[in-house]
Amino acid sequence: MGIEILGLPLMYYIAMVAKVLVAFVFVLLTVAYATYAERKIIGHMQVRLGPMRTGWHGLLQPIADGVKLFFKEEIVPSQASTFAFLVAPLIALIPAFITFAVIPFGGVIEIAGYMIPLQVAAYYDTAAGQVMDINVGALYILAMSSLGVYGIVLAGWASNSKYSLMGGLRASAQMISYELSAGLSLIAVFMLSGTLSLTKIVELQSGMGGFDWYLFKQPLAAFMFFICSLAEINRTPFDLPEAETELVSGFCTEYSSMKYAMFFMAEYANMVTVCALTATMFLGGWNGPFAVAVPLLGPIYFIAKVYFLMFTCMWIRATLPRYRYDQLMHLGWKVFIPVAFANIVVTGVIGYFI
Amino acid sequence: MNPITPILHGMKITFEHLFKKPVTLQYPDERPKVAQRFRGLHGLKVSHNKAKCVACYLCPTVCPAKCIRVEAGEDANHDKYASVYEIDMLRCIFCGYCVEACPVDALKMTGEFELANYKRSDFVYSKERLLEK
Repeated sequence: MGIEILGLPLMYYIAMVAKVLVAFVFVLLTVAYATYAERKIIGHMQVRLGPMRTGWHGLLQPIADGVKLFFKEEIVPSQASTFAFLVAPLIALIPAFITFAVIPFGGVIEIAGYMIPLQVAAYYDTAAGQVMDINVGALYILAMSSLGVYGIVLAGWASNSKYSLMGGLRASAQMISYELSAGLSLIAVFMLSGTLSLTKIVELQSGMGGFDWYLFKQPLAAFMFFICSLAEINRTPFDLPEAETELVSGFCTEYSSMKYAMFFMAEYANMVTVCALTATMFLGGWNGPFAVAVPLLGPIYFIAKVYFLMFTCMWIRATLPRYRYDQLMHLGWKVFIPVAFANIVVTGVIGYFI
Repeated sequence: MNPITPILHGMKITFEHLFKKPVTLQYPDERPKVAQRFRGLHGLKVSHNKAKCVACYLCPTVCPAKCIRVEAGEDANHDKYASVYEIDMLRCIFCGYCVEACPVDALKMTGEFELANYKRSDFVYSKERLLEK
């Protein structure tokens, strides 16, 4: 522990790089195999098999897809606005990944006498004896998730194609409307927790043997947040921006090769993030039986919760057809927002009297 | 009407389907069971080492797709036989009228269904290719 860089021990930097790598690789692998899991699960729900021929039961399918997309020809439409066209997939992809920085995926583990909190943007303050993380972590996530919209809108506009433009327009309208109700349903949680720091929110849910979840205190908010998040990340039944029956492929019509793959990765990375966020906010994060005593159980519980929510996303996709555009807007503005406001008021009133 | 119950009902159905045995046939590895009276590729029946066909022209006459071409010939025993018997598989609609029309039971339809080829000319099946093995 002798060496210090900028007032922080060397171990801090090593732990930080390790955490970033682990979280990034975990999200990337989950994204790759979420595509496979989705095809398998939806296949079996439709009494089919799904991918079977690449590797054992199609296990190498994501790699085959990746290699194929990587070697495809890059096509930039001659009338497209080239710079925006090239930069749009990155704008969609990066916020999807960096959101993971503030999500705590485990408790504090001790390696060689150094305490490492399992959260990328956090360190253990030995003097205070507690984890210091971004105290507006939830705000950061909301900000990043709305940043992802720009990638899609830019892609729609830069392509100079009517289908892309329609997809981009739909995406912006849809994301803005659903962001509101998603944010409002989170406010009910913040009223209970009194903090925006995700570490604190997870800590507050650790009671009752790790089952003191906000899901039980705020079932309506949990339900609304999950549905609104589905709409915000363009998952079925709210995938209107790419509605292939109407808009060919929506905002990514003109994209090919790795740029198309980036949109795809962004979509699935967003799904991972949203599921991780829902797990953190409502399902107690990494909490569970004995999670505090055995630190390695924390990430396992967290991953199990995230994967369960991702399974639910795929399950919903296998069940429901796409919403009509006016139904989508009706649901967002006339149902979710008033209900979210009412939820806040009721939470406030109950909180005042208890 | 309550909009949530139908959604939950649908989700229950999809979840139950998850545990059903898939109906998929892993085609090149698993072969489908072809029904006995399946109407696939035609076959010319053979009797006494030659085709039973007597070139009566009933099959090209009845064929709605006009895909059969027959030319009659005379063999060493002065019997009428089909010197040319061609079926264009690109035009054939596999209705089986030719088999029904045949007065000497010289034609049949086999269970062969993999009729893909590389050239258009390969789809015109000559008498040699149609003769049953």
